[in-house]
Amino acid sequence: MIELRNIAKSFGDKEVLRNISATFEPGKTSLVIGTSGSGKTVLMKCMVGLFEVDSGGVFYNNENFSKMNINERKAIRKEIGMLFQGNALFDSMTVEENVIFPLNMFTDMSEKEKKDRVNFCLERVNLKGANKLYPSEISGGMMKRVGIARAIVQNPKYLFCDEPNSGLDPQTSIVIDKLIQEITQEYNITTFVNTHDMNSVMQIGDYILYMFEGEKHWEGTSKDLMTAKNERLENFIFSSEFLKEARKHYVK
Amino acid sequence: MAYFYALTVFETGNYMNLFYHFGKYILLLKSLFVKPEKVSIYWRETIRQMNEIGIGSLGIVAIISVFIGAVTTVQTAYQLISPLIARSVIGTIVSDSTILELAPTITCLVLAGKIGSSVASELGSMRITEQIDALEIMGVNTPSYLIGPKIIAAVLIIPCLIIIAAFLGIYGGVLAGSLTGILTPEEFSIGARDSFRTLNLILCMVKAVTFAFIITSVSAYQGYFTDGGSLEVGQSSTRAVVFSCILILFADYLLAELLL
Ligand SMILES: Nc1ncnc2c1ncn2[C@@H]1O[C@H](COP(=O)(O)OP(=O)(O)OP(=O)(O)O)[C@@H](O)[C@H]1O
Ligand SMILES: [Mg+2]
Repeated sequence: MIELRNIAKSFGDKEVLRNISATFEPGKTSLVIGTSGSGKTVLMKCMVGLFEVDSGGVFYNNENFSKMNINERKAIRKEIGMLFQGNALFDSMTVEENVIFPLNMFTDMSEKEKKDRVNFCLERVNLKGANKLYPSEISGGMMKRVGIARAIVQNPKYLFCDEPNSGLDPQTSIVIDKLIQEITQEYNITTFVNTHDMNSVMQIGDYILYMFEGEKHWEGTSKDLMTAKNERLENFIFSSEFLKEARKHYVK
Repeated sequence: MAYFYALTVFETGNYMNLFYHFGKYILLLKSLFVKPEKVSIYWRETIRQMNEIGIGSLGIVAIISVFIGAVTTVQTAYQLISPLIARSVIGTIVSDSTILELAPTITCLVLAGKIGSSVASELGSMRITEQIDALEIMGVNTPSYLIGPKIIAAVLIIPCLIIIAAFLGIYGGVLAGSLTGILTPEEFSIGARDSFRTLNLILCMVKAVTFAFIITSVSAYQGYFTDGGSLEVGQSSTRAVVFSCILILFADYLLAELLL
């Protein structure tokens, strides 16, 4: 379980996050939605310690991560899998080497076990046969999927995905959403996903946090979302006429 | 740009800035000393770096040292035109200055350009594409994984390059001497052996190790703390070269003063 207690973050005099509190439970996929620039990525980076919060704290199982020393943080980080918005693949390594890297670094598995694990993960993201390619030789959507494979290869307890399906076609996008949801439930992972994708919101959102200009503006489940009475949220989610119509029918 | 930055630091006496960077640099070095997550991976990375730095720089080091040896011979002969001085003195001067100064310092200045810029731009682009953050999230100690092997590799392999450079430099001198008829290889070797002292060789190796450390650590510092985009990567890499060169010359003087 991850808990945010009143966290705030500014860069210089620019307040990016203001007083955000939320709880993310294991076995549930928590989504953070919000317009571009609302602070989703910054929030995620604060949660894993790439940015230090200015006030408040991030609690992993009631332990204050923000106050931990480097070794205590490392212990938690070994249980974290993260997909970056820009993928952050190691560009000097092949797809396979990228995914196998955490296993090489932190486990004593045999070569065969590692290979099997990597192939299993690549298969789950629909990337069979791309093992020997370099990141520069694959498409943006494929990179995203390699990033996901790398994030899940160590069976993380906490999974962070920054826009896992931006740049993917709707079909692959659904495959990835399903994958995230499945492993979350299967291994009881605490999953935190930033997204713009309304399909994902409706499909896999067990808990949804809507951010607006660095503040928590709304939270609830995807069911609540359909009937939510919040003008900003409505405009954000049901932005097109088509969706507005669809909603009307749903509510009826 | 970075060069001017270096100049302004030195000229306008913006020393606070200098101290700030020095402190940060020392802290970075300190963070290298942790137990590696997996010794075998660090070792493999060190070997890879040794190959890249060593084999990769062999060609340029060879060319430079042969020419510098040759030029030194010709120019020394030009300055020593006097019937009172034995021609073997040219051998003495060329071999001594090659071992003491030309091989270690000139070679390392060139290597600062080659290795320094590549280390800084590699780390800089890893930083801006969040690859370093990704490692950090996995729980890897990024300074020791990314910088440690480079420093160790350089400190081990650059002295070897310098020995090769010294040999080739002297060989270039011998070659130029006999080709132009200034002095025969025999005369050269009499002069060279005459003045040979182990201390020279020791100083040469001390310089090599020191410069190797300066090049990799300073460049790694510049690259590791890159902030921004591709423009900043370029600036880091220029700064890496400029600062490495300045520090090499500075250390060169200090070592000569201390050890001779
Ligand atoms: N390193 C930084 N330094 C200064 N300001 C930053 C930094 N990173 C982010 N910001 C600012 O924080 C705000 C939120 O950025 P963030 O990347 O979190 O947006 P986002 O919600 O992830 O948007 P998107 O959906 O486009 O990815 C932006 O206004 C940005 O200018
Ligand atoms: Mg973002």
